[in-house]
Amino acid sequence: MLEQHLAVLPIILPLIAAPIALILGRSLLSWGFATLISGLSCFVSWQLLVAALSEGVLSYAVGGWPAPWGIELRVDAANAFVLLAVSAISTLVLIYSKDSIEKEIEKSKHTLFYTAHLLCLAGLTGILITGDAFNLFVFLEISSLATYTLVSLGSDRRCLTAAFRYLVMGTIGATFILIGVGLLYMKTGTLNMLDLASRIHFYESSRTINTGLAFIMVGVSIKLALFPLHMWLPPAYTHAPSAVTAFLASTATKVAVYVMIRFIFTIFGADHVFNEMGMDLILMALAIVAIFKCSYMATVQSNVKTVLAYSSVAQIGYMILGVSLVSVTGLMAGLIHIFNHALMKGALFMAVGAVFYRVGSVDIKAFRGLGKQMPLTMAAFTIAGLSIIGVPLTVGFVSKWYLVTGALEQNNWMIAALVLVGSLLAVVYIGRILEAAYFQKLPEDTDPSTVKEVPWLMLAPMWALVIANIYFGIDTSITTEAASSAAEWLFQNNNVQEVSQ
Amino acid sequence: MAEFIDLVLLAMLALTALRVIFLKDLFAVVMLFGIYSFLSALIFVNLDAVDVAFTEASVGAGISTVLMLVTLALTGRTEKENKRSTVLPLLVVTVTGAALIYGTLDMPPFGDPNNPIHQHVAPRYIEESPKEVGLPNMVTSVLASYRGFDTLGETVVVFSAAIGVIALLGVRRREDLAAEESGFLTHHVLRVVAKMLIPLIILFALYVQFHGDFGPGGGFQAGVIAAAAFILYALVFGLPQAFSVVGAKFLQLMASFGVLLYASVGLYSMFKGGQFLDYSKLAADPVAGQHYGIIIIELGVGITVFAVMLSIFYAFGSQVERSNVK
Repeated sequence: MLEQHLAVLPIILPLIAAPIALILGRSLLSWGFATLISGLSCFVSWQLLVAALSEGVLSYAVGGWPAPWGIELRVDAANAFVLLAVSAISTLVLIYSKDSIEKEIEKSKHTLFYTAHLLCLAGLTGILITGDAFNLFVFLEISSLATYTLVSLGSDRRCLTAAFRYLVMGTIGATFILIGVGLLYMKTGTLNMLDLASRIHFYESSRTINTGLAFIMVGVSIKLALFPLHMWLPPAYTHAPSAVTAFLASTATKVAVYVMIRFIFTIFGADHVFNEMGMDLILMALAIVAIFKCSYMATVQSNVKTVLAYSSVAQIGYMILGVSLVSVTGLMAGLIHIFNHALMKGALFMAVGAVFYRVGSVDIKAFRGLGKQMPLTMAAFTIAGLSIIGVPLTVGFVSKWYLVTGALEQNNWMIAALVLVGSLLAVVYIGRILEAAYFQKLPEDTDPSTVKEVPWLMLAPMWALVIANIYFGIDTSITTEAASSAAEWLFQNNNVQEVSQ
Repeated sequence: MAEFIDLVLLAMLALTALRVIFLKDLFAVVMLFGIYSFLSALIFVNLDAVDVAFTEASVGAGISTVLMLVTLALTGRTEKENKRSTVLPLLVVTVTGAALIYGTLDMPPFGDPNNPIHQHVAPRYIEESPKEVGLPNMVTSVLASYRGFDTLGETVVVFSAAIGVIALLGVRRREDLAAEESGFLTHHVLRVVAKMLIPLIILFALYVQFHGDFGPGGGFQAGVIAAAAFILYALVFGLPQAFSVVGAKFLQLMASFGVLLYASVGLYSMFKGGQFLDYSKLAADPVAGQHYGIIIIELGVGITVFAVMLSIFYAFGSQVERSNVK
């Protein structure tokens, strides 16, 4: 019986579990429950990806009302792929958070943390699966509110300012998306994405539609922290609890990248957005500035979480760069990097959280001598760091490879060269931390016996991600197959010529 | 005539907004926000969107004004001097405004029955919903049934807001609050009038809750109105007294229960062989099933909204009490 409901399960499992986790009330109980639910969603997502790759599209009419009157959920290769990454990371982060939040969040707020995490997961999966533009906004609101809450749970009081800033920027972004969807609705009379796509063709030269496009693109760009709208991200990632940063850095902005891809390819049509409106040039320019400016910013920070946060903005630049190439390979590179970056940043932020767990600080100075004291954590950090740089045999290399291939396909040597130069900056910011960890001594005033490995419940998910970094770096067949069929699917289906009246 | 009324209302709206920008007294700003919401509600009435107007009046003018006032009790009523440059924000706002005006130039003509929004999905909602869903109020049919998944989502948004506020401000028990100096102990007239009003407000909330199928109303508005009754009680008789009527922990349970009630209707229709939230499967007769479904989910919405609004007020109110004690 459950098979026919596969598409709706990843949303309603965490959605229903969130209030239950609040009722359970005890830290350990709600942790176990949240992890279980998240694991179930992950399993369902896997099933969905398999089904989407073999059968194409799965459509689900919520409430039994056919689209466009009711709300349709649509699972295809593109969103099933991102969905799997999101739900897998969520599960690993939840396992990790049991010990991690002990030191960062006061006991009385643990249940609220798990509830907010589940709400955030429900929101993100809802954004991914829905085939309705307004429904997407509703789930965006759920995930955003939950995210602001999660950031504000940090142990440091500065997290409140960071969360507030994030709230203001995020609300502006969401409002822009809502205005954009409203303008589209005014002109087409529908909210269903496919229906929108077929009716929008009539009006593509219309100012109302193009204004809608502009509002949606700016709104989504705030949400995905595209340079120069990224200013909310570094403080939020720096001051949020480590488990939250690990989750958000590897999922929230990626889902926003997916939303941008979905709006461009499925609703407006790549031809209109790129060839007629010329948005590929704008995106490409911003992506390149993001890669260089933010990689540089990452090299001059002293807080390791801030380093990684700036690095995230730069990595988002790579994803958008892939999209802006307007080719199947470029889009595939973007999609594959969504998945791969989730693996790298998840592992990196988990390792940083482990350092905070033992040392109580994430300043670069706190990393001195940890190579000896916490060998497993620092080895994980090193491998994930190499992956960020793009060393062969890691997933980072796979992403860069397809990105460079995509650029070279168009004989765009400059882009290919810029991608490689950008990686050198990553060598600098990751190298600084590794240098402190391996070539400097533990400060004299620290007792070496207190700085030891973290509990295995923190190490296991961290290492699961590290192994995934290496596994998908060597055996690229699964990820490339999923990403290439997603990219091809998006390109083929982006021009719906049939107009249903 | 309708255009003239719209014009006057919109002009007043613009004036209110401008006044809000330049005023430094936040108490006055909050009052102007209330006026702004009432004006918007009037515009909605003029557009025949009475359900939206009702929501705007009860949420925008009612509960959010109260919540902002409680916040002012914590933060103080004058705006701090802003020393930052305002050039960039002004530029951003101007560009956004210009883009919006640019977008309106091609807009479908105002009020034209041939507009896409009246021609595409709307005809089915108008013509079929009385037969398919069976409710006279088609706004409720759209919100609760055709787009019931959105409404479930919105209920969860409200729930998430409560989680956020509780995470930031914490939950207090009755024992933590000083019993003496809260409420208006000496204002006898106020106390008597409040006592007379509260039952009527609750009765009205119940009417709005269960009459949503037939006229403007529904869970959102009813929840807010019911919360307003309890907030009035808490203001006049003091927070500790209100806590002993309904405690903060209990409200958390209620908020969760409302969401679960809504979702359980969806799960039950799945067990009955339909899609998630397919109310037609709830009874042998599909239209009767739709009606049951809508009544239950509206109740879920009402319970969650009531509990969340009151929780947020409690959270702020306890902070005010605590700062008063200090």
